[in-house]
Amino acid sequence: MGTSRRTQVFWIAGAILIIAYAIVPVLWIVSLSFKEGDDITNNAFLPTVWSWENYRTVFASDLFTTALRNSVGMALIATTISVVLATLAAYAVSRLNFPGKRLVLGVALAITVFPVIAIATPLFNLWRTLGLYDTWLGLIIPYLSYSLPLSVYVLAAFFREIPWEMEQAAQVDGATSWQAFRRVIVPLAAPGVFTAAILTFFAVWNDFVFGITLTSSEAARPVPAALAFFQGASQFSQPTAPIAAAAVVVTIPVVILVLLFQRKIVAGLTNGAVKG
Amino acid sequence: MAAIEMRNIVKEYGDGFKAVNDVSLDIADGEFMILVGPSGCGKSTLLRMIVGLEDITAGDMVIGGDRVNDKAPRDRNLSMVFQNYALYPHLTVFENIAFPLRLQKSISEEEVRRRVQAAADMLELNEHLDRKPANLSGGQRQRVAMGRAIVREVNAFLFDEPLSNLDAKLRGQMRTEISRMQRRLGTTTVYVTHDQTEAMTLGDRVAVLRRGFLQQVASPRELYEQPVNMFVAGFIGSPPMNFLPALVSGGRLRLPFLEIDVPEKAAGKVTDGQLLIAGLRPDHFDDARLLDPARRERGATFRARVDVTEWLGDAQYAYLPFDAGDEVTKQLADLAAELDSEALRTQLVVKIDAMSRMRENHEGEFWADTRRMHLFDPRTGENLTRDEAAAAELAQLEQERLQERTG
Ligand SMILES: Nc1ncnc2c1ncn2[C@@H]1O[C@H](COP(=O)(O)OP(=O)(O)O)[C@@H](O)[C@H]1O
Ligand SMILES: [Mg+2]
Repeated sequence: MGTSRRTQVFWIAGAILIIAYAIVPVLWIVSLSFKEGDDITNNAFLPTVWSWENYRTVFASDLFTTALRNSVGMALIATTISVVLATLAAYAVSRLNFPGKRLVLGVALAITVFPVIAIATPLFNLWRTLGLYDTWLGLIIPYLSYSLPLSVYVLAAFFREIPWEMEQAAQVDGATSWQAFRRVIVPLAAPGVFTAAILTFFAVWNDFVFGITLTSSEAARPVPAALAFFQGASQFSQPTAPIAAAAVVVTIPVVILVLLFQRKIVAGLTNGAVKG
Repeated sequence: MAAIEMRNIVKEYGDGFKAVNDVSLDIADGEFMILVGPSGCGKSTLLRMIVGLEDITAGDMVIGGDRVNDKAPRDRNLSMVFQNYALYPHLTVFENIAFPLRLQKSISEEEVRRRVQAAADMLELNEHLDRKPANLSGGQRQRVAMGRAIVREVNAFLFDEPLSNLDAKLRGQMRTEISRMQRRLGTTTVYVTHDQTEAMTLGDRVAVLRRGFLQQVASPRELYEQPVNMFVAGFIGSPPMNFLPALVSGGRLRLPFLEIDVPEKAAGKVTDGQLLIAGLRPDHFDDARLLDPARRERGATFRARVDVTEWLGDAQYAYLPFDAGDEVTKQLADLAAELDSEALRTQLVVKIDAMSRMRENHEGEFWADTRRMHLFDPRTGENLTRDEAAAAELAQLEQERLQERTG
């Protein structure tokens, strides 16, 4: 009994430590974003006066709003394309037996661990020649090249879990392969589709390396890159607090997404498909 | 509705394994055909070739006069109940049953409603139409799967061990339910099972498969009374037929416990000194003391020590151990293994009157109806005493019965 109590205490202490480690910087940024003017040097964790000033600055700045539009637009487009293509590809990978199937999955996994920075410079040169530099497409393409393999990998695992019989039943019931896929397989794989979508969205939303190397203007620059070009309310003040406010603003969609879809991500939808 | 003809059907899987070998089978329009055999004998494979989920390596599959080898499942107009039901978990019971109808664009919403309702009425699913499969009991799920199968007008119903996931009591109920439904709809049905009772009670005819080869196709009665070989004899019937070593010696046949004349039908097919296998069903025996003399005359009596008795209320089984040579013992064990049974010891199982007071570890006097005994060639398994005339008569009877029913 004594030891189990001790381990319990250890676990709780450990958990608190880890949560604190993760959350303190976040809280700090939140707190910073509410500090007014020179208040950031107040040597205290909390602002002396809570103020929305930084948020007003951020939204008044074209730099931020266009970057926000770029980020939202590109993330949505990249996610949609990635999920649609990955669903089809993963279905093929999990259902069809073709030579080199394992290789496809292996390469997919290898690509996801390929260092981003390594292709940033070659792409910079390539895009400039092709005219893709500083365009949405110029960013969406490399985003897809990273998110697609990961999505295929995640979705293939989900498809494998769906009993073959589901689809065969649909075929016997008179469905074409496409109907069986759309009416039976896709709904059953929905948790996987959501997972893949969210992973892709996050990856694109958080991208900094491509965002900074492949853009030169507000035409395509996403928020994480734009923050680096941020200026304060006046030329002479450090933009720390407005950057904090911008960071909080871009974190909100991520938090909302997670809260919205966390239940969808939980699998177990196939319960009751087979005997129980 | 349609007849199904299979001509020399072969299935070779990708790994070179031949799961179905040269099977030819004619299923009449409206007939209830059972496919039975031990696990792994190719029943499901054959069924899946009928429905189109498995490619046919060689042979012709003809449904309603059309060769369907190259047709996709959806073009064959068949419906199937899977062993695990394969219900769509994201759809309600109503939508599960309506699924096949919704795929046919020509059917109006009103018609869909009417047909699903009719199927639900027949299967007593009305209260559950809005529920999801995950919240249903095993029996209810099974009925939903059936509903999905009968909601369309199809050429044939195909069942792959549909009751094997239910408990014994429910299985009995559903069995009668399926039988009633098939009689009512009159749709050609192919039903895969490894359950004795289902095979014997449901089908007009039963096809017995062994390692991909068709052994015998006949009415349950013919299979039971006139099996073509030792495999069929041992597979049909529960408890299974007893196999005893029988030595031919000067016109007489020597068995454990018994010695009788070589049966007429086998005469000429056997040579002196040959070792045969005799097959006697448990219900070919009785307690000699409770027998009326007229019956007693027709068989042979013997004394034997009772090892164990099992009293079941309506019947009683007695187990009589006997000694057999090593070779015979091994042969019997091999056969038992192939039949999925586990006859580990050489013993005779006899069914005696429930009134019998036979006691364990005591000798008793038994009677065997030796006229109904079959003799098998141990090498080929062939039945040497099959009565072709009687078999033909049973087949004729079955034919008439089916005709009367399907009109
Ligand atoms: N996809 C497959 N590839 C190779 N062999 C298979 C495949 N499916 C089934 N088999 C083999 O074919 C034989 C018959 O299988 P099946 O028709 O499922 O038997 P049953 O339904 O009678 O139990 C088995 O020995 C099984 O191992
Ligand atoms: Mg099977």
